[in-house]
Amino acid sequence: MDVLASGNAGARLLDFLKPAVASIQDFYVLSGRSIRNLFRGPHYVDDIAIQMDVIGVGSLPIVILIGFFSGFVITMQMSRALAQYGATDQVGSIVAITLVRELGPVLTALLVAGRNASGIASELGSMMVTEQIDAMRALGTDPIQKLVTPRMIATCVMLPMLTIIADFVGLIGGYAIAYLSIGLTTTQYWTSAYQALEYNDIVQGLLKPFVFAFIISLVGCFYGLRTTGGTQGVGLATTKAVVAASVWVFVITSLITRVFVNLH
Amino acid sequence: MSAPASPSGHECLLRFDNVSLRFEEIVALDSVSFDLSAGDTRVVLGAAGSGKTTLLKAAIGLIRPESGKIYLFDQEITGLKEAQLFHIRSGVGVLFQEGGLFDSVTVEENVAYPLLNRTEHPETLQEAEPKVKEALRFVELEQTLEQYPSELSGGMRRRVGIARAVVSEPPLVLYDSPTAGLDPITANTIMALIVKERDSKNTANLIVTQRYQDGQLMANFRYNRSSGHLEPASNNGEGGAEGSNPTRTIFMVMKDGRVVFEGTQHELEASQDDYVQKFVPKHS
Repeated sequence: MDVLASGNAGARLLDFLKPAVASIQDFYVLSGRSIRNLFRGPHYVDDIAIQMDVIGVGSLPIVILIGFFSGFVITMQMSRALAQYGATDQVGSIVAITLVRELGPVLTALLVAGRNASGIASELGSMMVTEQIDAMRALGTDPIQKLVTPRMIATCVMLPMLTIIADFVGLIGGYAIAYLSIGLTTTQYWTSAYQALEYNDIVQGLLKPFVFAFIISLVGCFYGLRTTGGTQGVGLATTKAVVAASVWVFVITSLITRVFVNLH
Repeated sequence: MSAPASPSGHECLLRFDNVSLRFEEIVALDSVSFDLSAGDTRVVLGAAGSGKTTLLKAAIGLIRPESGKIYLFDQEITGLKEAQLFHIRSGVGVLFQEGGLFDSVTVEENVAYPLLNRTEHPETLQEAEPKVKEALRFVELEQTLEQYPSELSGGMRRRVGIARAVVSEPPLVLYDSPTAGLDPITANTIMALIVKERDSKNTANLIVTQRYQDGQLMANFRYNRSSGHLEPASNNGEGGAEGSNPTRTIFMVMKDGRVVFEGTQHELEASQDDYVQKFVPKHS
């Protein structure tokens, strides 16, 4: 009430905040509905399979490439820093911890956000502006059940798997540099990498992609389904989806890391 | 402005009772009331942004009104949940402005969609096939079964849209600008199909359009089942009396969400209102 009482400026602030609060509310409604649809039919198994193929298999080459080079780069950078303490043989543990805990999940999520949040937003956005979503509702199908839930399920299954692959390929990339350029033995590298990882790291490394998957798929669908204003609107929705999904990936990884660091 | 009484003995399929609706500050519908029975045709004319499409979407609950009531098949739909609406909507065929076809699936799957996805007794693609073929034969596009909507021309897409709208033989069909963006010849083909659908299945029609000729065709022509052609609606009963309305076609003109005119073609042509006159070509 104080805000209201302070007059014009307060009212303007409220006007400014209203759309933001309204869209957060809409996002919650969409998330709630798509999660509720997990427990009620009909389930569009075909659509889930197609989306798994698009999101999972489709992202595989780029995830492998990026995973390999991130392991490669971390090892090169870290070996230089570690050389000052004469601890280059520990490079495996650093690569393992950085990749499994943080970089593997975040890089994979960012790639999938760029590839699939945009893809989802533009596909649903185009369907929105060409009245296909209205047609779907008119013909007795819930667009959330048919479009959103399959994309959410597919992303939640595929992103953790992609992350595991990225982590593993990253470790191989690190090993390539450690063996060829730094001159570590195979045993030195892999033992230090293996011993560095605790149960906690694995849980953290798998929880993150799972949460990211919810955010990426739902943000993509959310902006897609809010598209108005023709093809220009589709472009705008796509951009917004990628930006929002990427920002949320960073916010959430910080939150989860904070929780897990305190667990020790 | 009293609603013209529909001949008795006809069930009211769609009724708007004082429906108002706004988008933010813009009034989309303002106290709209009318009703529609089997075999009736209602042609809604109006400038762009006058609330025509909103009216059509509100009729099947895609948009909810702020006040007033909408009855679809004698059931009030304004308070229903989306899941409850699915069943009721299966009795309505809709042609969307751009066809609204799903571009990720073939023409066959598009036309079969209403049969495959209805809440009661959904069919399989095999079961639906004869009906799909019949609907496509109706719009003379059987050969496009395996094609994707993107491979078709605008007029063909519109015809596939009609096939999808009528494949489940709904008693009520809504057409949103069926001829928008089409050349006059294709537009006439589309309208002829709509007349054919009305007269062979006795459906109720709500047609939203900007073209006066569309309404004129609906009002003055009938489909002759034996000859398979359109012919002027004969005035044999009334002897061609002025104001007779053999096709039970009512025109409705909308302006800024309000119904500013409602009546027969004859009354429309006789109207002195400047806005209403904009939709009637100057001749006669």
